[in-house]
Amino acid sequence: MMSVDASAIVKVSEVSLRYPNGTEALNGVSLDVPKGELVTLLGPSGCGKTSLLKIIAGLLQPSSGEIRINDRISRAPGPDRALVFQDFALMPWATVLRNVAFGLELRGLSRASRQAEAKRYIAEVGLAGSEYKYPHELSGGMRQRAGLARALAVNAEVLMMDEPFSAVDEQMRRKLQEDLLDLLRRERKTVIFVTHSIEEAVYLSDRIVLLSRNPGRVMRVVKPGFRRDTNESDIRRDPRYQDIIDDIWTSLKGYLN
Amino acid sequence: MSLGVLPASRGISEEAPFAAEQEAAAITPVGSPETRKTFASNNPSLWFMKDLGWKLLCFAIVFACWEVVGRAHWNLAFPPISSVAVALAKMAINGELAHAYASTLPPLALGVSLASIVGTFAGVVMGLFRPAEIIFYPFFVLLQTAPMAALVPLITVVLGVGIAAKMLAVVALSMPIVALNCYKGIRDTNPSLIDMCRSLTGSRMQEITKIILPSASGMMFAGLRLSVSGGFVGVVLAELLITPTGIGDLISYNSSVAHYPEMYAAIISIIAFATITLTVLQMIERQFTGVRGPYRGRQRKERI
Repeated sequence: MMSVDASAIVKVSEVSLRYPNGTEALNGVSLDVPKGELVTLLGPSGCGKTSLLKIIAGLLQPSSGEIRINDRISRAPGPDRALVFQDFALMPWATVLRNVAFGLELRGLSRASRQAEAKRYIAEVGLAGSEYKYPHELSGGMRQRAGLARALAVNAEVLMMDEPFSAVDEQMRRKLQEDLLDLLRRERKTVIFVTHSIEEAVYLSDRIVLLSRNPGRVMRVVKPGFRRDTNESDIRRDPRYQDIIDDIWTSLKGYLN
Repeated sequence: MSLGVLPASRGISEEAPFAAEQEAAAITPVGSPETRKTFASNNPSLWFMKDLGWKLLCFAIVFACWEVVGRAHWNLAFPPISSVAVALAKMAINGELAHAYASTLPPLALGVSLASIVGTFAGVVMGLFRPAEIIFYPFFVLLQTAPMAALVPLITVVLGVGIAAKMLAVVALSMPIVALNCYKGIRDTNPSLIDMCRSLTGSRMQEITKIILPSASGMMFAGLRLSVSGGFVGVVLAELLITPTGIGDLISYNSSVAHYPEMYAAIISIIAFATITLTVLQMIERQFTGVRGPYRGRQRKERI
């Protein structure tokens, strides 16, 4: 599953972000996201990884630099990208079904067709049977499955996930990680994944972009190189897995003081 | 004694339903289809009946104490509740109450309606557009914090003593509540939900109608309901201070000629009327918005 098709679907060139108060959040960040890969943005808190994700999503304008999606300059959100949020961002007044179908509702699809599509993805993420529940009736893990189904339902090429599993407990997080890899084997998507967990990054990613902070810069890019069809315990038992984690930890440690 | 009754009646219209809602949520397994059904179909129309026995007992104890103290001739201006009840019945039969309410209710209803429409509009505009917030927000905050009892007599200078003066007093007391609740409801919209809508290529209009307004609706309804209680305060203040008509006149006249049972009867009638009105409004609100468990409950408890 390592990029067969190496053409970059998302190109970030020389992106800088300066807040009105003068703080420089990102400085000259460039990176390519190859089609079909899962690329993780990893770094200490305050390295601007969420800001970078919002810039790629078109929710935030960079002070300089540009984003290209499929070789077209992008300045606003588009149908080619879909976001998964850290706090799930589910509408508390709407059922799972309406939440998952929301992207299609905004695009003006008829009720019947958007609900049929939403139901398919609800089943896909393992939430079948919860269509008519409200978010407060779901556990954290189930809420994020709904968030993921909503992002999948609009059928965007690029999935952008902002610390999606950080609000769920450790065991559920592992389960969601495995299920995400499972899902990506079926749905060929390009994923940009933000996390602060080194283990999560090494386990999930095709490549890991390490960001430094103050200001955020690309420090180095790491390619773990595990085959996606290896099962989870084999990856975690592989000596290389520990080596990569140690290696990344050594790189990041210096930025924590 | 009237002060003692007021908080008790508030308690019935406000806190009890939430307590009931939370208790129901705690003892039933969340999410089972059965729970949803009970919540949606049975509870909303009957919540105020919950613990009815205890509420009645509470009233009985208060009234019994009142009767004992009244009969002990502790104070001339404190008649026993039984004579108040007799006075109330008498005034209801001879048409005195109906006559008073015919003069009190029109300015109250008109004032609250006007305040609701203008206040909702102002609150929504303030919440959505920064320039409108800068211009109007201080005005509503001033209106809400100003001591109205001191300002109401000034209305006479502008509008005389007619129905318009009463209406203005009602509007002055209820509109800030509507507007500020609306404003706060809109401002409290979860920014993540707005990002979510934008990232799914929703337009600004869709963002407002599908995210911001539904998210603010709980606070908006609460504001509308609270504005009615503000309106009651406004109309009685106006009748006591500027235009001696209606229920306010019944209170002040009977007080001035030492007809204390009649005075208390008028006070009790307006408190009962306000409580019933607010309870009915809450019933309508629940029917209209549906009960969606802890989320709605939490949202509605917030006040400005």
